[in-house]
Amino acid sequence: MSKEPVAVVGIGQTKHVAARRDVSIAGLVREAAGRALEDAELTWADVDAVVIGKAPDFFEGVMMPELYLADALGAVGKPMLRVHTAGSVGGSTALVAANLVAARVHGTVLTLAFEKQSESNAMWGLSLPIPFQQPLLAGAGGFFAPHVRAYMRRSGAPDTVGSLVAYKDRRNALKNPYAHLHEHDITLEKVQASPMLWDPIRYSETCPSSDGACAMVLTDRAGAARAPRPPAWMLGGAMRSEPTLFAGKDFVSPQAGKDCAADVYRQAGIADPRRDIDAVEMYVPFSWYEPMWLENLGFADEGEGWKLTESGVTELDGDLPVNMSGGVLSTNPIGASGMIRFAEAALQARGQAGEHQVDGARRVLGHAYGGGSQFFSMWLVGSEPPES
Amino acid sequence: MPEVLKAPLAVEFPFTRSLGPVQSAFLTGLRERVVLGVKAKDGRTLVPPVEYDPVTAEEIRDLVEVAPTGTVTTWAWNHEPRRGQPLDTPFAWVLVRLDGADTALLHALDAPGPDAVHTGMRVRVRWAEERSGAITDIACFEPYDGEPAGPTGHSGEFADAISGIVAFARLDYTYSPGRAQSDYIHALSERRTVGERCPSCRKVYVPPRGACPTCGVATAEHVEVGPRGTVTTFCIVNIKAKNLDIEVPYVYAHIALDGADLALHGRIGGIPYDQVRMGLRVEPVWTEGARYPDHYRPTGEPDAEYDTYKELL
Repeated sequence: MSKEPVAVVGIGQTKHVAARRDVSIAGLVREAAGRALEDAELTWADVDAVVIGKAPDFFEGVMMPELYLADALGAVGKPMLRVHTAGSVGGSTALVAANLVAARVHGTVLTLAFEKQSESNAMWGLSLPIPFQQPLLAGAGGFFAPHVRAYMRRSGAPDTVGSLVAYKDRRNALKNPYAHLHEHDITLEKVQASPMLWDPIRYSETCPSSDGACAMVLTDRAGAARAPRPPAWMLGGAMRSEPTLFAGKDFVSPQAGKDCAADVYRQAGIADPRRDIDAVEMYVPFSWYEPMWLENLGFADEGEGWKLTESGVTELDGDLPVNMSGGVLSTNPIGASGMIRFAEAALQARGQAGEHQVDGARRVLGHAYGGGSQFFSMWLVGSEPPES
Repeated sequence: MPEVLKAPLAVEFPFTRSLGPVQSAFLTGLRERVVLGVKAKDGRTLVPPVEYDPVTAEEIRDLVEVAPTGTVTTWAWNHEPRRGQPLDTPFAWVLVRLDGADTALLHALDAPGPDAVHTGMRVRVRWAEERSGAITDIACFEPYDGEPAGPTGHSGEFADAISGIVAFARLDYTYSPGRAQSDYIHALSERRTVGERCPSCRKVYVPPRGACPTCGVATAEHVEVGPRGTVTTFCIVNIKAKNLDIEVPYVYAHIALDGADLALHGRIGGIPYDQVRMGLRVEPVWTEGARYPDHYRPTGEPDAEYDTYKELL
């Protein structure tokens, strides 16, 4: 028996900001979930199951939030699942929810991911004082910066490419009312003049710390037929993982990322992603990851990704827009960041992205990664249902 | 066989929490010696209150005061109170349904012994002397044989409501790095770097983990590597981390020790930070009594060719 086609019929986000002191975690997730239901014109009673994700428990210190959030998410009396895959969790959470619909376990599933970075401490959560180990590292930027340098060496990319990505994403964010950073006076010169934190990564090429939540309502063909607005259809979805460190690991272009993308393209019948995909919302927490992922995802040959960025192909009005929402560089509630990528892809395929809508976006890729480039999750969504 | 190392690891952090309207009223109420519940859509009064109806999922905000007296619905005796628990003498954990409430609140009951506790017994709140808007404003419950106390009819509106709390979380572990890393650390005390070779793929892991993450087989063969190595990639750290006593800027590098099949991480010194480059040949610099090399410095050899280390970034 073939899989049930999966449709995204509701999307909700909070306005992402540095600190939401006016709401509890329950209040925050509720806001996003309520907006997703409103978009789908459904009520809590229409939801059959809830699948949630968040950043690692140490970040916020809330263990098993699925217990505490069951009533806020209308999950009482229904199945509720929690997904854990570090920074990619928002994407994997959506895929677990989608698989429940595809397998005909449930008709309509609410999926949601969140984080209140203002009430958490990711830096601390990532650098526990492990006995016998030498403390050396200063944050996630210090972890990823050497890999960026490796990419620059391998590809011969000019130093300026990172700043072009940051300048583009921050301008895209100005068109997205939910984005955290709205830097109205952003210029390329300002990005390039910002301090080097972890050389070669500048301050303006890093992501902010945000509070926010993102929710989606996924449903089957019958649910899609009742939807008040055009749905986005899942054409392919996959997850892959690999060890954080092993001999031969390619941090610049991890094998798990390549395999994950290939699986998605196979499911969706994509022969040439550069030609067949109209836009990409990818997980870029440090600007140089745009050209790196363009190669890893097969949009450019190895060593050539930066040329797409440099020539303007990835601009909002370019031939392959990347991070139309402003991306992780403009909004980063870590636990929710993956789902925001998936939701933006769906918004584009539905034609509901407002000012940052890409004209004629029919097939859009959403991408997330997490851990030390260890977990990957991706989906391709389209404006038309998959061919059966 | 050398000793497997162990050490305590305490993970502790003060987490801040925004309360939202319902928890804000509940905790501010405790500060004012008022216990508030919330009316659910089916008419029940929930204490402690929640923000969303557990049956209908609707937002609920109708706060009602309940009495500081109530009935024990079930209990368990705690023979050995731990650090941070409400009382430092043995006590009963109790669920108490306060008069006027339909659900029970978890707290501690101060009683001389388990024989003095029973389901159905009457209790009342013992307020803490100093109250700040926290569940600990109720010091504990105590046995009570008087009439149910009447609530004062508080509306739940407070002039200076608290909006957030700080919740300390602490986890105590006994950490052991295991057999392989213990061997590695013991060898470092002789200023030798010893990895382990995978019997299947023949890759040398430094530090060793006792198993090959690619082949999934145990590793045991010790291989001494280094002491010299090659900087395969690096970054220049310009921001000072709170938990690190290292002056900035400093170079954080991936260093492939000669004979190792993946890079370890270290700091580069003995050369201006802006002259460090990929391919730089380095050696460890030890300080007296340190477990690890303090940093690595240039050996003066010619730089390694990119092709010799490009798989070791």
